[in-house]
Amino acid sequence: MISLVLGIFAGIGATILGLARFTGHAFVFAGSAVSHIFRPPFFPGEVLRQFMKIGYYSLPVVGMTALFTGAVLALQIYIGGSRFNAESAVASIVAIGITRELGPVLAGLMVAGRVSSAIAAEIATMRVTEQIDALVTLSTNPIKYLVTPRVVAATLALPLLVAVADSIGILGGFLIGVERLDFNAATYIRNTTEFLQLADITSGLWKAAVFGFIIALMGCYHGYYSGRGAQGVGRATTNAVVSASILILASNYVLTELFFSA
Amino acid sequence: MRDEAQHSPTATARPAPDPSVMIAMRNVAKSFGPKNVLVDVSLEAPRGQSVVIIGGSGTGKSVTIKSIIGLLEPDAGEIWVDGVRVDRRKRGDALLARFGMLFQGGALFDSLPVWENVAFRLRQDKTKTAADCKEIAVEKLRRVGLKPETADLFPAELSGGMQKRVGVARAIAADPEIIFFDEPTTGLDPIMSGVINELIRELVVEIGATAMTITHDMSSVRAIADRVAMLHEGVIQWEGPVSEIDSTLNPYVRQFVQGLAEGPIEAVR
Ligand SMILES: Nc1ncnc2c1ncn2[C@@H]1O[C@H](COP(=O)(O)OP(=O)(O)OP(=O)(O)O)[C@@H](O)[C@H]1O
Ligand SMILES: [Mg+2]
Repeated sequence: MISLVLGIFAGIGATILGLARFTGHAFVFAGSAVSHIFRPPFFPGEVLRQFMKIGYYSLPVVGMTALFTGAVLALQIYIGGSRFNAESAVASIVAIGITRELGPVLAGLMVAGRVSSAIAAEIATMRVTEQIDALVTLSTNPIKYLVTPRVVAATLALPLLVAVADSIGILGGFLIGVERLDFNAATYIRNTTEFLQLADITSGLWKAAVFGFIIALMGCYHGYYSGRGAQGVGRATTNAVVSASILILASNYVLTELFFSA
Repeated sequence: MRDEAQHSPTATARPAPDPSVMIAMRNVAKSFGPKNVLVDVSLEAPRGQSVVIIGGSGTGKSVTIKSIIGLLEPDAGEIWVDGVRVDRRKRGDALLARFGMLFQGGALFDSLPVWENVAFRLRQDKTKTAADCKEIAVEKLRRVGLKPETADLFPAELSGGMQKRVGVARAIAADPEIIFFDEPTTGLDPIMSGVINELIRELVVEIGATAMTITHDMSSVRAIADRVAMLHEGVIQWEGPVSEIDSTLNPYVRQFVQGLAEGPIEAVR
């Protein structure tokens, strides 16, 4: 009985220690990646290539997610709002909900699934096949060449993706509002813009930048320190997506608190 | 994880190796967890000569080369390159620029086309245009028996042997003085092996490069080596000029050179 209790505590302790170690490592790794932004040589071509891979090619996924989310949001708010005669709030709440919260978070999570895993798999494969060692022998710092461009590209790409997601999400709400819920199109548009503030949009875009940073960082981190062999690559991929998703949700709460008090 | 009490190289500071020695390893040890891969390796590569390391699979030949080039940090011992002690510190860019390395698995960058792989180091020199670099890359590819058309393909589109040769081309692209080849002819047909052997010999004889090559291929040993070292159980068991590999009485070398299942080297390891 005592040994069981001890075992549980040992397990909890080990988990906490592991988490602390991960946090420490990840911070050092992030610091190193960021410091290389300002030190030459620079790899603008790599940044551009990663920007296309992370940003441009995520557009379909993010667009579909936003479209259906805006649509379902309009339906749900209509159902809820009609209970206290607040149907007319649908347009405003869809706009605020999408720009402040659902646009950045859902786009972040979708891109985490798509991009963190791809980055982790690519870099882990480079580790396993000694391409990272080869970079070192060719006088190229692998953090600078591999990690920094991805982190920069993702941090810049996510706000743009989220801006697109916001627009499409609001459009999804509009389509349902007008086609299904019989709102007048002009009224719906007026309600959308009337209560929407610039801060709703910008706070969402700041969140997006942080999520982009997290997505690329977790992909790179788990790939860079991947174990040997195909198993190592697989584990790196899973860990990247899981940790990126959790960090997105946690940092989303922290950021929302910050914007809320501001 | 090094045991200070057993190995304290600073206490018995030894003089730098003779200037005629380009690479010197002294009592180098390296373990991975409980596995002692290099126990006590001492090995010298004379300047402008070709040293070949032979030894069974998994004996630590690749680990030896990676320790010299700085990808692995030895647990104990000294490594000297051109009169400078280099272990326990990062290899600087100036030193790395003098090295060329062929990895056992090629280690080509699969996101870059062949010519950018070959020209990777050249492209860091901002005075060279991309066209210049490509031209040099194509010339190096020709030297390893690859057609100019190969330059625009991606590594994944090449056969294993072609990838290996692109790796050789990348290793020699910036005309390094010190070149490490980890199994340059493994997976090549006999004719291509001949091309690569000849290339390594040319680099040593004509350009004066110092080469350290790992190979299992005895015909390659005879074609490229000035000196041969045999690694087994973490120790250099024998080292000598290539002319003596057939006459030495060392039982490890005899068994290896003659390819016998019976002998001091156990077949099951
Ligand atoms: N990074 C590493 N981590 C853990 N073990 C390693 C590492 N690198 C090498 N080893 C171990 O060291 C031993 C020697 O490996 P090495 O690659 O040097 O062998 P080798 O002599 O080159 O063999 P081969 O001829 O098959 O290439 C092996 O048992 C290998 O498992
Ligand atoms: Mg090897």
